[in-house]
Amino acid sequence: MSIENNILVKLNNAGYKQNNKWLVEGVSFTVEKGKIVTLIGPNGSGKSTTAKIALGFYKGIEGQVEKFTNKIGYVPQKISIDWTLPLRVNDFMLLTDKLSDDVVDEALKSTGVYHLKNKNLGNLSGGEFQRVLLARAISKKPELLVLDEPVQGVDFTGEIEMYELIKKISANLNCGILLISHDLHTVMSATDYVVCLNGHVCCCGSPTEVAFNKEYKALFGEQASKTLTIYEHKHDHVHTTDGEIKKN
Amino acid sequence: MLDDFFIRALIAGIGIALVTGPLGCFVVWRRLSYFGDTLAHSALLGVTIAYSMEFNIAVSIFLISSLIALILIHLQRKTNLPSDALLGLLAHSSLAVGLVVIGFLTFIRFDIMGLLFGDILAVDKNDLIIIWFGGGLILLVLKFIWKPLFASTVNYELAEAEGLNPDRAKAIFTILLAAIIAISIKLVGVLLITGMLIIPTAMARNISDTPQKMVVFSIIGGLLSVFIGLFSSLEFNTPSGPSIITTALLLFIISLLKIKQTIQLKN
Repeated sequence: MSIENNILVKLNNAGYKQNNKWLVEGVSFTVEKGKIVTLIGPNGSGKSTTAKIALGFYKGIEGQVEKFTNKIGYVPQKISIDWTLPLRVNDFMLLTDKLSDDVVDEALKSTGVYHLKNKNLGNLSGGEFQRVLLARAISKKPELLVLDEPVQGVDFTGEIEMYELIKKISANLNCGILLISHDLHTVMSATDYVVCLNGHVCCCGSPTEVAFNKEYKALFGEQASKTLTIYEHKHDHVHTTDGEIKKN
Repeated sequence: MLDDFFIRALIAGIGIALVTGPLGCFVVWRRLSYFGDTLAHSALLGVTIAYSMEFNIAVSIFLISSLIALILIHLQRKTNLPSDALLGLLAHSSLAVGLVVIGFLTFIRFDIMGLLFGDILAVDKNDLIIIWFGGGLILLVLKFIWKPLFASTVNYELAEAEGLNPDRAKAIFTILLAAIIAISIKLVGVLLITGMLIIPTAMARNISDTPQKMVVFSIIGGLLSVFIGLFSSLEFNTPSGPSIITTALLLFIISLLKIKQTIQLKN
């Protein structure tokens, strides 16, 4: 990691071409320690490609990518697990690294799925599985977390909860997070910097700046700017993932 | 002791079952059963080449199977045909070419049934050495690539993001498959070797809730199939391959009862 400015990964005018077609081009941003950077944009706008550029998956990219850390946690967008493989959550946590029981338990507890530890992966709901994926990514104590649509299959209230959780993770681990989302609804409140993509960078800046940007409005419609305020109300209780109700 | 053909077949069978157990799990998990079948079909061509050039049979089968795997990968990249069509094309054309070549080799006496379905009388001391050394080597290499292979079987992208090399593991695994087919052809036969990889594993899936248990049960299932199959082959004078596979099938059917039980327990 570069010591002066806490930078974990830096893209400078980066892009990737496949079969002579640009998937994404001219992307520049940095992810710093403790900060959340969100990539938004419509389908096919190059969000996942950008994340994979940052992860260093591709060879022969345009522009520069500088990575200052190797401790990276990744939650890919589409993950299909073959159920011919009997795999429990605990086995899945230990897939690529030997982690102690305590570390696994702590990670599962922090995303609220500890009670599923010995369940078979095939029996989890979409939302539960996303939380397990997140637990798996943070169990390695990464310096950089790359989350590609982490709230897929999570219901509406769960979505807000997930973003709160991601915010908490960023603070607790002091790691940088590169978050990808195609919907703007809840993502705005939990982010420090937004990059709006559509094959190239449409606009970028703080969530408020982006929400009132002309190009952003052109891309997502006038309504999108108003999403910022929707979630500013309070509940007096929360539903935990194992179905209990907790008073605030 | 090794002079007795039955003891030799038994020792060969044990060696094969120890290897097909873990390899078979990956074949099932990665949905490669038809791929294994294609490699096995090409083995007959390997046998004929070995005979006509007076070459070691196992080595020849191994080389031809590996070649077929390479051709498959090449065709997958170059053509728009779906994988199953390409596999069918390679499986049947290599089997056909193999049989045509046998037709030309009139100066050699062939036991075609033995090649297709296995023959316990055919296992000699050399085969035992090849099976146990080759099998040991296969297991050693498998242990070495286990982590990247298993992780990428669960999810390719996760494995890659976490610094493993899934493509290399996959390529090595293909070579291991070609190798197990090469060393088990005499006992089980060309047409049934995939059954030896898949059926004990399928049985194991029914009674396992973790991958480790599945590997262990798959080995146990393979060993039981070999023991019971070979004894009945001797008793009823049936070819060894079909006897082993039929036993595996019976074990699979028994394991279905266990599933039924667990479902009833759940309700």
